[in-house]
This record gives sequence, structure tokens and C-alpha cells, in this order.
Amino acid sequence: MTSLFNEFDLWGPLDPAADAGYGKDKPKRKGFFTDTSICIGCKACEVACKEWNDVPADHFDMTATSYDNSHSLNSNQWRHVAFIEQPRRPAVDLGMPTTRPDDDLLGGLLAEGETGDGAPSDGVPDFRWLMSSDVCKHCTHAACLDVCPTGSLFRSEFGTVVVQDDICNGCGYCVPACPYGVIERRRGPEGSKNVGIAQKCTLCYDRLGAGQQPACSQACPTQSIQFGDVEELRERAERRVARLHEAGVMDARLYGNDPHDGVGGTGAFFLLLDEPEVYGFPPDPVVTTRDLPQMFRRASAAAVTLLAGAAVAFVGRRG
Amino acid sequence: MSDTLAQTQGRPPRGSRRGGGGRRRRGGERSMVPEAEFTSYYGRPIVKPSPWEADIPAYLFAGGLAAGSSLLAAGADLTGRPGLRRVGRVGALGALSFSMAALVHDLGRPSRFVNMLRVAKLTSPMSVGTWILSAYGPFAGAAAAAELVALLPADKRRGPLRLLELTGRPAGLVAAVFAPPVASYTAVLLSDTATPSWHEAYRELPFVFVGSAAAAASGLALIGAPTSETGPARRLAVGGALMELAMERRMEQSMGVTAEPLHAGRAGRLMRAARGLTLAGAAGAALSGRSRVLSALSGAALMAGSACIRFGVFEAGQASARDPKYTVVSQRQRMKREGPARHRPEDPEA
Ligand code: SF4
Ligand code: SF4
Ligand code: SF4
Repeated sequence: MTSLFNEFDLWGPLDPAADAGYGKDKPKRKGFFTDTSICIGCKACEVACKEWNDVPADHFDMTATSYDNSHSLNSNQWRHVAFIEQPRRPAVDLGMPTTRPDDDLLGGLLAEGETGDGAPSDGVPDFRWLMSSDVCKHCTHAACLDVCPTGSLFRSEFGTVVVQDDICNGCGYCVPACPYGVIERRRGPEGSKNVGIAQKCTLCYDRLGAGQQPACSQACPTQSIQFGDVEELRERAERRVARLHEAGVMDARLYGNDPHDGVGGTGAFFLLLDEPEVYGFPPDPVVTTRDLPQMFRRASAAAVTLLAGAAVAFVGRRG
Repeated sequence: MSDTLAQTQGRPPRGSRRGGGGRRRRGGERSMVPEAEFTSYYGRPIVKPSPWEADIPAYLFAGGLAAGSSLLAAGADLTGRPGLRRVGRVGALGALSFSMAALVHDLGRPSRFVNMLRVAKLTSPMSVGTWILSAYGPFAGAAAAAELVALLPADKRRGPLRLLELTGRPAGLVAAVFAPPVASYTAVLLSDTATPSWHEAYRELPFVFVGSAAAAASGLALIGAPTSETGPARRLAVGGALMELAMERRMEQSMGVTAEPLHAGRAGRLMRAARGLTLAGAAGAALSGRSRVLSALSGAALMAGSACIRFGVFEAGQASARDPKYTVVSQRQRMKREGPARHRPEDPEA
């Protein structure tokens, strides 16, 4: 079965736009580097996205577990800022400096606890905030795109993944296929457009086409969201992590930048200060198409077994 | 279990829950990490559960029933069992129509099914399945039509009707060739997702599903066909049921932590019911002999068991997607076993 696919078709590093057949004069692959270490949780990115893409406002109910009132990435939330209120690490934890990173490095943003009311006497707050603006990862191997039976999801010339809402038939297959839980079929609110159609971040396809940057990165006041050529962003991210490590922020790590990982690297990747699952990311996502040849083999074997079983049932005694 | 930290400290989860997963990189602490603890973002799901409802497991069940019935019908046709053949052909068409209705209901309108035929994609089991069904459907339909024509009085069966009757055998045989993929592709349909309990089941699920299809179709035959002709259906019922049960057991062993949802809540009840019904049905099929009533009862049990296993597997997957534990813990365990997923582990930068 594998021979039906080329080596990198199902997973592994590749240039997705070139793979999709865009010629030599295609633009470079575009993406986001979201540096969560400087996010202030202002949610300007969420608002800018909603404004530009006409994403309906929906379920602004309180969850009663956190200050995060926009829940998750979903069909009506193409950027989602996670607010993680994290108790201070126990003293044995080697990652200590993360509770008070270098003021200069983080722009002094996390140092307020020193002067704020109720700060413990040693001047260090007893918890830290982690904030992270999440978005569709525009995976190199995008499970959503691979499983879509209508071809509604397509790879743009920028290497991004976009839904065409006039072709999507609302089958919902892309929804459980995405290893990051990004794409969703729009349920409402009543009367808004594209209800029943799969929705997610387009990396502002219309803006890119016009030579602009996406609305969220443009609106971000701290440059936590950086837009650009993926290749260049990956280098920038490496430098940033190295600087944080030098400064003693040993928990800083990149997530999704590696073209050898389970999804072939993501077009939108992140600098995190803790394990991915703390932010609601899967720790080691793998595009399901990696196992597809195996699945086809198993299903073929099962089909043959059924045929043989039925044949055997007719052999022998009458009755 | 996932709330351990919050529970022991007697307060609602505040911030991210911190369990074993988070600190695993620091070798020394590993042995102290309790298995089921993990970290998540306020316990919210990571992957999204599919938006599908009962339509989809009903579709899976009916597809299997149709496929198995076409196989039984073809065998009956070749071995001269007209009663079994009729039940098989008509049953296949009925089940296929039901599954199409369920699919179209899920999609919202029929034109959306047609929309799926605009592309053929090998990476999309739904696309592949649509094409398999499109190949299988007309032949199953023609075979059933021939069967219905055969019920007419001899003097009415003339011209095109007679032609239709003659195409019954070839159409039925072609349908039987397409039937096994109809029964097994649905397993790939579920497995090719990030839903933990569906994906991790990919090795055995096709065998569970074809076993279940064989059991369901045999069940229908036991209900509808004359007992003098149901010998093959009884044998297929026992074989299918045993394969379903054995492979389901193996599947649970290979799924790791993602097998848990198969035992909990509604999915657990459905899976237990499926096991009981399938076992009872298989035993009944083997022992009921020529008893009309016992045969019909066993047949009903087999069909119900097959439906329960589809709904059970479906529900378990949905539950596994709603709880981040199954995404985080299964991936963490895999990383511990095999290291992080790498395309080329031997690569220098890896
Ligand atoms: S993150 Fe999900 S929705 Fe976005 S491209 Fe990857 S698979 Fe598709
Ligand atoms: S819901 Fe739409 S975009 Fe998603 S897989 Fe189905 S047709 Fe494709
Ligand atoms: S706009 Fe920038 S700083 Fe504000 S929440 Fe979004 S990513 Fe964070």
C-alpha cells in the first residue's frame, strides 16, 4: 500500500506548498512564531481576528474555573489566549528562575508582584501567569486537509491551510482529525453565516494575498505574535530560546518548529515556558496519516478474512 | 484521578493541574510519578470530539449488515438456497438504504453526498468509503430488484423485467466482491482521526467490525430465512461472533490507557451488552437447530450485539476526546516507550 504514496506524502519534512504543486514563483512559506514569554494576555489578537474575519461572538459565559472567558479554539474563536494561573514551583524544582525571569528580558512584565499588594515578603509572587495565544498550526502534514472528502480544505500558495466554505459539506470529518483540536463545525449563533460549515484560522489568506500581515500579529502590542517566512521565524525562535536559556529560563522551549516531528513541523509554532499540556497542547502530536498505510493494510486483511470466512461457511454440509 | 492535585488540596482546580507529565524530563523524579496524574489546561479537552451523533454509529452498523448480507446472498445463490438469497439481497438493500439515510441526515441534505464525489482522495477514508459505497450500491440494488421481480407471477415477468431478473446473479456476485471493503473501511474511518480511543484501536478495529458485520447479517438471515437453509448463516454467525469478541479483547490490550473509555459510562454499558448479546446469539445460532423461535431470537441477539458494539466504540471515542487525559497520558506513555515521534530518528539533528 505504501507504494501508492511517496515517502514524504504522509509525514516527514517537506515544503507543503511545493508539494501541493505550486510552481517555482510561489511565495515563501508563511507562518506565525508566537513567543508566549512576552504575551500580556490583552486579547487584542482575539478581537482583531474576530473583527477582520467577521467571526461571530458566541458563548461569552464564564467558566468559573479561570479568568479565561473564551474557552478554547473553536469555530467562533480562531485565536484563543490561554490564561494559566500557576502555583509557584516547589523549592526543589530546578526551574526556579522561571518564577521571576530577567526583568530586562521579559520587559519587566512579570515583575509586578514585587510591588503589588499581597505579595509575599520575599517579594516574589506565589504564582505566575503563563499566557499564550493559540491558533491553527497550519501543519506541514495537516490531518484536517488530508481527511476532507470534498477537497474543501486546501493548501494555499503560502503553505497555509484554508477552508472554502462554499465547498465544505459539513461532514465534520476534519474535526476529530485535527490533533490540536482546532477546526470545528460552526454550531451557531442562529443566523450567523456558515453555520454547519467547518471554520478555523485562515492565516488571513485575504490579507496575505494583498501583501498585508494577518490581523492578529498586526494588532499584538508586544510582538508576542510574529508573522513572517517560516524558515526565518524558526531561526529567530532558536535565537530567542538560546537567549532565555542563557538568562537562566531553562524551561523555555520551542513547540512545533521541528520539521521532523509528528506533523512535519507546524507553520505556526510557539515558545513555551512549560510543558505543552499546561497550555492545552498535545505533548507529542502525530498526524494520523502516518499510520494510514498500516490502517489500509489491516482493513484489507480484515476484508479478505470476511470474504474467506463467508466462503468457508458455505463449504461442507448442506442445511 | 486527573484531579488529584486539586482534590488533595481541597480546592477547585486553579491554574493548570500539575501531575507527573510535566516533570518527566527530570530523570530523578520519574519513579515517584503516579501513572494517571497528568497536567492539562483546566481539564479542558485538547482534541475535539467529532460532531457526529447517533446517525454515524447507525450508519456503521447498517453498512456492516448490508455487506454481510450481500455475501450471504451470493453464497446462497451459488449453492441453491433461494430463501437465504432473498433475505440477503433484500436485507442488503434495506440496510444500505438505511445507512444512506443516516449519512444524508448527518450531512443535512442529499446534495452533500454528491459533493463528496467531486474528488477521490486516498488519504481520506471518507472519500474512499464514498467511492466503495458508490461501486457497491448499484449492484446490491440490482440484485435486490431481481429478487423482487422474481416474486411476481411468471406471466408478468417479461421484457425488461425478465432482463432485470437475469442480471440478479452477476450483480449479486459483484456486490459480494465490493461488500468486504464496505464492512471494513468504516474502521479506518474512525481510526484515521486524533480521537484517542479510535486511533489507538486501528490495528484490531477492522477485524472487530467485519466480525460484527458477519454476525449481524447472519442474525438477519436467522430471522428471515427458512431454517432449512440457514446452515451457512449459523456457521458465519459463530465465526463472526468469535472473531469480534477475540479481536475486541486484543484491541483493548493494545490500546493502553485509551482502552479505559471502553469500560466506563455509557460506552462501557454498550460494550458489556454487546459481549453478552453476541455470545448468547452465537450460542443460540449454534444450538437452536431447526427451532424457528430460537433461531429468530438468536438472530435478534446477534443483530443487537452488533449494533451495541458500533455504538459502544463510537461513544468510547467521543468520551476519550472529551477528556484530555487520554490525549496527554497516551502520548506521554508513547514518548516514554519510543521517544518523541520523529520522522528520521537516525537524523543527526534528531
Ligand atoms: S492545526 Fe488542525 S486545523 Fe490547523 S492545519 Fe493542523 S490539522 Fe488542520
Ligand atoms: S467538514 Fe467540510 S472541511 Fe471538514 S472534512 Fe468535511 S467537507 Fe472537509
Ligand atoms: S495581542 Fe499579543 S500580547 Fe495581546 S494577548 Fe494576543 S498575543 Fe498576547
